[in-house]
Amino acid sequence: MSNEEIVYKKSPSMMERETHYCPGCTHGVVHKLIAESLDELGVEDAIVVAPVGCAVLIYDYMKLDGVEAAHGRAPAVATGIKRVLSDKIVISYQGDGDLLAIGLGETIHAANRGENITVIFVNNAIYGMTGGQMAPTTMPGQKTTTSQSGRMADDVGLPIRACELINTLEKPVYIERVSCHNGANILKAKKAIKKALLNQKEGKGYSFVEVLATCPTNWGLTPKKAYDWLEDTMIPYYPLGNFRDQEV
Amino acid sequence: MSDKILMKGNEAAAEAAIIAGCRYYFGYPITPQNEIPEYMSKRLPEVGGTFIQAESETAAINMVFGASSTGARSMTSSSSPGISLKQEGISYLAAAQLPCVVINVSRGGPGLGNIAGSQGDYFQSTRGGGHGDYRTIVLAPYNCQELADLTLEAFDLADEYRMVVLILADGFLGQMSEPVVLPEPSGKKFNKDWAVGIGRKNKVASLILSPEDGLTKHNYVLKEVYDKVETEVRKYEEYMLDDADYLLCAYGSSARICKQAITELRNKGIKVGYFRPITLWPFPYDELLNASKGKKKILTVEMSLGQMVEDVKLAVNGSIPVDFYGIPGGMIPTPEAIIERVESYE
Amino acid sequence: MLHEKIIFAGFGGQGVISAGKLLAIAAMKEGKEVSHIPSYGAEMRGGTANCAVVIADDPIASAIVHKPTICIVLNEPSLDKFEPLIQEGGVLIYNSSKINRKPVRTDITVYEVPCNDISESNGSIRAANMAAIGALLKVKPKLASLESMNTALYEGISERNHKHNPINIKVIEEGYKFIN
Repeated sequence: MSNEEIVYKKSPSMMERETHYCPGCTHGVVHKLIAESLDELGVEDAIVVAPVGCAVLIYDYMKLDGVEAAHGRAPAVATGIKRVLSDKIVISYQGDGDLLAIGLGETIHAANRGENITVIFVNNAIYGMTGGQMAPTTMPGQKTTTSQSGRMADDVGLPIRACELINTLEKPVYIERVSCHNGANILKAKKAIKKALLNQKEGKGYSFVEVLATCPTNWGLTPKKAYDWLEDTMIPYYPLGNFRDQEV
Repeated sequence: MSDKILMKGNEAAAEAAIIAGCRYYFGYPITPQNEIPEYMSKRLPEVGGTFIQAESETAAINMVFGASSTGARSMTSSSSPGISLKQEGISYLAAAQLPCVVINVSRGGPGLGNIAGSQGDYFQSTRGGGHGDYRTIVLAPYNCQELADLTLEAFDLADEYRMVVLILADGFLGQMSEPVVLPEPSGKKFNKDWAVGIGRKNKVASLILSPEDGLTKHNYVLKEVYDKVETEVRKYEEYMLDDADYLLCAYGSSARICKQAITELRNKGIKVGYFRPITLWPFPYDELLNASKGKKKILTVEMSLGQMVEDVKLAVNGSIPVDFYGIPGGMIPTPEAIIERVESYE
Repeated sequence: MLHEKIIFAGFGGQGVISAGKLLAIAAMKEGKEVSHIPSYGAEMRGGTANCAVVIADDPIASAIVHKPTICIVLNEPSLDKFEPLIQEGGVLIYNSSKINRKPVRTDITVYEVPCNDISESNGSIRAANMAAIGALLKVKPKLASLESMNTALYEGISERNHKHNPINIKVIEEGYKFIN
């Protein structure tokens, strides 16, 4: 046993509990990246604001204080928490319908105020929890239960690019789009999430990380094909990379 | 007299909130309550608090949700159409048992309506404008002093029962200036070990999917609180009822008109008094029933088409006739109209 | 027993709302019951503005004034609107500097006061409301004393405007003296 060393273990910030997420869903990965980042930053008392969407139960999987927001209102709720508890790390974890449809106003204004919070935006191009309806980020031609012939841009417009939108505002200090469809990208995603949390810890201001994610169940694909679809279809439309880092 | 200050109702409410220890205000402009956010934007930074002019009513109530989930005293205010928008948040606050204070300086409706005072929001206030099985404590002041006193008390009630407390004022009361003696804080302390950010890994949530009867059980937990409030929090005022033949029932600004009508009716030899509910929820049903015993008739007066009158009828349950006089759309009843109606009973 | 229901009315900008508020503060300083309620919102901006002030010995039931006992009108639309509403035996003070017609009511006491002229001859084009207040305090001395009114001017007006108070006080006195 003497030569063995632990090279990987479950993050102490994660609960000993299986998630309810479907096979191939990347929410669990994003949860893990947040938990690891908090561990590494020595943060034990973060507060996560859960969205309405598949991740509504995020606080059941992480050893954090959790506040569940109404649909789309997470940035407003996070604002309220952070303005009282300015020394706590406050994370707004949101999906695409939550952040870009019903909660677009809250999203833009929290960013525009430069709230010292971290927004983790999980973009899987569909409404997962409600059973696969069209999202603001659903790809052109993508079939969903409310765009059964595929998303038609003439009728419903084109997908909204969140990072680019937020990048028009002055106050955010950090904006990055990452993906978690393979190992290399997961490592980059981790780096971005950790940076976004560090920014908050250091009081720098509003940080936004968009994570391209999968929803094999509602996309009607196997996990492997879902990762391929993300890479082939989503990344060309949602280019990965850093949009803003005030230190650069 | 030196301790009296001539204050606008809206400003008296705002200052009372600060005295109560409220340090977080989130709101959105709408007439006729604008003096509340304006006052807060100036005063809160002076006392180390936070004022945010939110992007919407919806955002404002959800900022309150966030602040309240930390255990901090927070509030918002608005007027009728804005309160409609806050109903989503109020339902969530009620579900999560978060205390907060919401002031409605109501105006004429439906829709955008007008900006005059109105009592068209009684149903919205007392029947729950949002979804689900919940209650909010509803306090209805009738002058600037009471608006200040009840705002202060609202924070204690909110913390004691972990409920949303709604102050139902109206545009007349919000805009009116009267001498006010600012109230003293009660000094009561409340246990807030449910809050986030206190190192307990607490959850503030309203979604209960499992077990199957989890939400049902939670609803019964809420009901227990509501039952307690119904027995412990009932406020009302009786005025000249002892020898009265007729009972006027009115709240808020309408009650003031009734008070004037009572003086004039008594000058004419007609014995009349009033019963003024101050808590609209819980409604003082038993107390009204008792007060109505031996009277010939009740006249309910409202600045609406008739909303509280339904509770009045529930209270007396057919034991005496209940008449209604009201005027909707931001108009205020004249004492003459009330006098004429009561004289017609003779 | 004092119970006066007063309407101040005029164009937005003539200072009727603040005149009413200052009067209420002055009366409050003397221990009287007072209330003040402005017309507000759209009416404030450009059109006619008015406020209702109740001053009484006993607690005030209704602050809403449907039938005033006293009306102070600074412009003609306000005269048209409020003259018919004044209680029989009531008082009307009207600004003859800006109102060309004569009031028609004969069952009330009418005082013609050239408020703007009084204001201007004392060095201000903006104190017509104060001239009206002065006249009112002479007609109805029980509302408040000139001294209380002077106190109110300093307590009810933000400090940056206190520099106007010497003229305000002078105009109030002149309005007061104008009534014989």
